[in-house]
Amino acid sequence: MGRPELSELAVETKALSHRYAGSARAALDGLDLQVRRGEIFGLLGPNGGGKTTAFRILASSLAPSGGSASVLGIDVLGRPAELRRRIGVVFQNPGLDRKLTVQENLRYHGRLYGLAGSELQERIAQSLHRLRLGDRARELTETLSGGLRRRVELAKGLLHRPELLLLDEPSTGLDPGARKDLWAHLKELKEGGITVLLTTHLMEEAENCDRLAILDRGRLVASGTPEELKSSIGGEVVSIRTAEPARLCEEIRAKFGGDPAVVDDTIRIERREAHSFIPPLFESFPRQIDSITVGRPTLEDVFIHHTRHRFWNGDGA
Amino acid sequence: MREILSPALCLLEREILRFYRDRSRLIGALAPPVVFWFLIGSGLSGSFYAPGLPYGSNYLQFFFPGTIVLIVLFTSIFSMISVIEDRREGFLQGVLVAPVPRLSLVLGKILGGASLGFLQGLTFLILAPAAGLRLSLWALPLLLISLFLVALGLAGLGFLLAWRLDSTQGFHAVMNLFLIPMWLLSGALFPAVGVPLWLKVVMILNPITYSVASLQRGLLLHGASMPDPLLCLGVMTAFAALTLFLSVREASRPSSR
Repeated sequence: MGRPELSELAVETKALSHRYAGSARAALDGLDLQVRRGEIFGLLGPNGGGKTTAFRILASSLAPSGGSASVLGIDVLGRPAELRRRIGVVFQNPGLDRKLTVQENLRYHGRLYGLAGSELQERIAQSLHRLRLGDRARELTETLSGGLRRRVELAKGLLHRPELLLLDEPSTGLDPGARKDLWAHLKELKEGGITVLLTTHLMEEAENCDRLAILDRGRLVASGTPEELKSSIGGEVVSIRTAEPARLCEEIRAKFGGDPAVVDDTIRIERREAHSFIPPLFESFPRQIDSITVGRPTLEDVFIHHTRHRFWNGDGA
Repeated sequence: MREILSPALCLLEREILRFYRDRSRLIGALAPPVVFWFLIGSGLSGSFYAPGLPYGSNYLQFFFPGTIVLIVLFTSIFSMISVIEDRREGFLQGVLVAPVPRLSLVLGKILGGASLGFLQGLTFLILAPAAGLRLSLWALPLLLISLFLVALGLAGLGFLLAWRLDSTQGFHAVMNLFLIPMWLLSGALFPAVGVPLWLKVVMILNPITYSVASLQRGLLLHGASMPDPLLCLGVMTAFAALTLFLSVREASRPSSR
């Protein structure tokens, strides 16, 4: 895969870094990212991985302390007004005015983006229809369910017809049905030529993206399509539970070689043709092994492969 | 120009819509000052006498303009709590990434708060004849301009205080510790006659003093210790301009947190 042309890129960051005032650790540490136009791109990582910081910089709501970021060819620090007109932003925390109705929220949003009159009316009607919110138009947003509210957010973010839609953890607080709905909408947008960039900490959500960047502790760990990432792990993943993982891990290494590792009290071994590796393993350590599982690599395995720690306890090793 | 005013107008409209949708705020800003006025005014009417009290007025009348300022203070400043709420509820983040100049954001908020303060102040002002005060056609422009300027200045001050705070409790603390004393020492409760020198200095330096005096003049209450009307208008204009300028400067800082 060659380097994409610049005009094909919706987002490009170079050595993008940020350190919050008073924090000892960089929230974002030299991130290089390329998002192509028309794809659904995911920033996957545990909480504190730097996703939201990157999101806020790209949405022009946070000034980075180092590096550069260009969105739709515009430097995020350069011409914010032009940039802001061309992107749609959906924050993790709802950005709706709870004391206003769905329609009023959309109307004020449209006016802030310079829409007015019959054009604004038409677009509101269209987006209410497209997101199936027509019968809720006159309800106060505080009375809506989380899923409906997220739909209103989406309608709001799309009202001014952005070329790029940024979403921070869009599935947070959604039940599985609403989550499925959301993804159906995102795929429709993609078909309409809109680039979608979203952050997520959910593996199953990341699977839906065209391409992913995995972040951990502010750094880019790996990037590619979900398939590429998973196949970057040679073979399958064998997990062994045992009372003394560190000792058994050493014994397995001595006897079978490879690169077994203890992650979260479990011994993890990446191995081609893992099924033929299980019987000799069992025979060698019959008493020590409590359980053993073999699986095709998941995105979490990709994460562990690169970081040597589990997704959920970023500080443990 | 349109690029600045149109989003400002949109935010202003929202401010007013929200206020009138929330009845408790409507009553909450108007009722307490009126009750204070009636209770304190009635209680002191018989006994209170100060050399600087405008000739021929009783205390209920003297206290009337100060009450207007208190209503404006409550309404304008409290409506700026919405800056904190907007930040907490997430609405503000959406406005901050919209193609809206920060000047429009600040203007929309401050004009919104000022309009509400003005309207609430006006509601009470209409009751002036009931307190035995005369509303003269000649003095009406001065009254209305003063009322608007004090509302604008206080809304600007409110914005400035609210922008950096992230809790409404903090805002209430500032209100009690800083704004209420500012009002107390503005000539609203007692004239700056026969008071200790330090108090007199504080009252002269206090911008609200000039709002109260201007409204007193507008209600034809002429006291010996009152500052010149042009000085009053000048101070109010300067104060409103200063708080607006500082608010825009504060809100234009790029966020790094």
